[in-house]
Amino acid sequence: MKRNLREQFIWLLIAFGGWLIIDLLTFGGVINSFMLTIITMIEINVILAVSLNLILGISGQFSLGHAGFMAIGAYASAIITQSLPTIWGFFLSIIVGIVISSFIALIEGIPTLRLRGDYLAIATLGVSEIIRITINNLEITNGPKGIYNLPQFSNWSLVYIVACIVTLIIVNLIHSKTGRAILAVRDNEIAASAVGVNPTKYKVIAFTVGAAGASLAGSLYANYIQSVTPGDFTFMQSISVLIMVVLGGVGSITGSVLAAVVLGVVDTVLQNYGALRMVLYSLILIIFMLFRPAGFLGNWEFSVKRFFTKQKSSRENKS
Amino acid sequence: MSFFEVNNLNVSYGAIKAVKGISFQVNQGEIVSLIGANGAGKTTTLHTISGLLHPNEGTIQFAGKDITKSAPSQIVTNGISQVPEGRHVFSGLSVMENLQMGAFLRHDSDGLQADYEKVFSHFPVLKERKNQDAATLSGGEQQMLAMGRALMAHPKLLLLDEPSMGLAPLFIKEIFGIIQQIQSEGTTILLIEQNARKALSIADRGYVLETGKITMTGRGRDLLNDSAIKKAYLGG
Repeated sequence: MKRNLREQFIWLLIAFGGWLIIDLLTFGGVINSFMLTIITMIEINVILAVSLNLILGISGQFSLGHAGFMAIGAYASAIITQSLPTIWGFFLSIIVGIVISSFIALIEGIPTLRLRGDYLAIATLGVSEIIRITINNLEITNGPKGIYNLPQFSNWSLVYIVACIVTLIIVNLIHSKTGRAILAVRDNEIAASAVGVNPTKYKVIAFTVGAAGASLAGSLYANYIQSVTPGDFTFMQSISVLIMVVLGGVGSITGSVLAAVVLGVVDTVLQNYGALRMVLYSLILIIFMLFRPAGFLGNWEFSVKRFFTKQKSSRENKS
Repeated sequence: MSFFEVNNLNVSYGAIKAVKGISFQVNQGEIVSLIGANGAGKTTTLHTISGLLHPNEGTIQFAGKDITKSAPSQIVTNGISQVPEGRHVFSGLSVMENLQMGAFLRHDSDGLQADYEKVFSHFPVLKERKNQDAATLSGGEQQMLAMGRALMAHPKLLLLDEPSMGLAPLFIKEIFGIIQQIQSEGTTILLIEQNARKALSIADRGYVLETGKITMTGRGRDLLNDSAIKKAYLGG
């Protein structure tokens, strides 16, 4: 089903508006370089959270392996831009990272996506650790020391644009025929098979696209921070993305974006509290989950179309 | 050869044999009921026909083709569509989207439009609730949606797994009326039921399944009056 062109256009307009505001505030000196770093990290987290939500919320597969795919993208970019330090080298490295990640996701997904819930989580966690440990022991990745002094090709503006494009692609995927099949498999595998949908195929599609998103985020991360070490991609990184998705509402892309922003801001504010930071951060998460277990938005989505037609949709949050 | 034929079907879950060498036929245009208690192997048989399970032995033939080893999607394309047990609707999707999923493998947009109309004429309530989340429908409406979704594949043979399960008597009556309507429009029906009285009363022919074996067969009406069946399934 084709989504309304007008709707897409309004989305782009909103996205451009956001970009313009940040740009003007930077120009006017309201946003300093410290804040700009935080904004960029938030944008990278948006890409990670939205792509994980495709796997976790839309296709209903509990994956704990996002850090592994992010590591592949980051190292692909680190290694390639070291010997090819041009913007085209950077773009090439992004594509190489996506291709490798997608390939590994495909190989990993075909056998493991037959598993359910906890078992799948353990399997994906395992693959992610294998990737990290392999990187830790290879010559080309410089082992546990990691790679330093990378050229800085990504900036807040590029990451912002990429985050918008990734979100747009994933939202369009969800609303396509393929997306509806992915949702159908999540809701009821037996019924999906009964209407002729191959469940494994559509789970693998969602998993592979999600992995490609993580790899893309990894590439942008490496050439923004200008260094990569295997320690950046432990399973705690997967968990922190998982927290964003759960906090925003599993299945709500709007929620993932919101949660990435809110957690980024909370994390920054808490940096003033030193050692208490992680305690407060965890407390906020616990309290929030107690009072709003479905996340910020449950499975509600912001829709330009609904905003304009003012129609009440049945998909609106029931709580 | 019959329109649809199952020969010496054996299906097991690991070491447990659920279906032990059953054979039966369905002729074009018939309603055939497969009745039996819990655990008799009814749903296993149906899932094997749909390709969701694979038999250890035996063949399934449909319209002159061997479909024993076909993938579930091929079986749907060939014209066999299943309504799974217990109202398996897609709860995150709207009623309309559920119906669209039923036509997932079809590409003929003209025929589709006619089939939507047909489904809405069988189940007017689905038209009223077109844009509603399927999860918010009542049990009976969900059963109707599951049936409508299966009809959207434009099947030649419709497999129904316990359409009466957990429904109020009024809804059961309505659903069975619609099953007869669907038959009269030319769709062949294989009905699996625990509600033996209802299932046999609309069936042309019936088979009784007991712990994985067919123990009795005959015309629906004859089975309904059989003393052994009366005792076992119809309460004396």
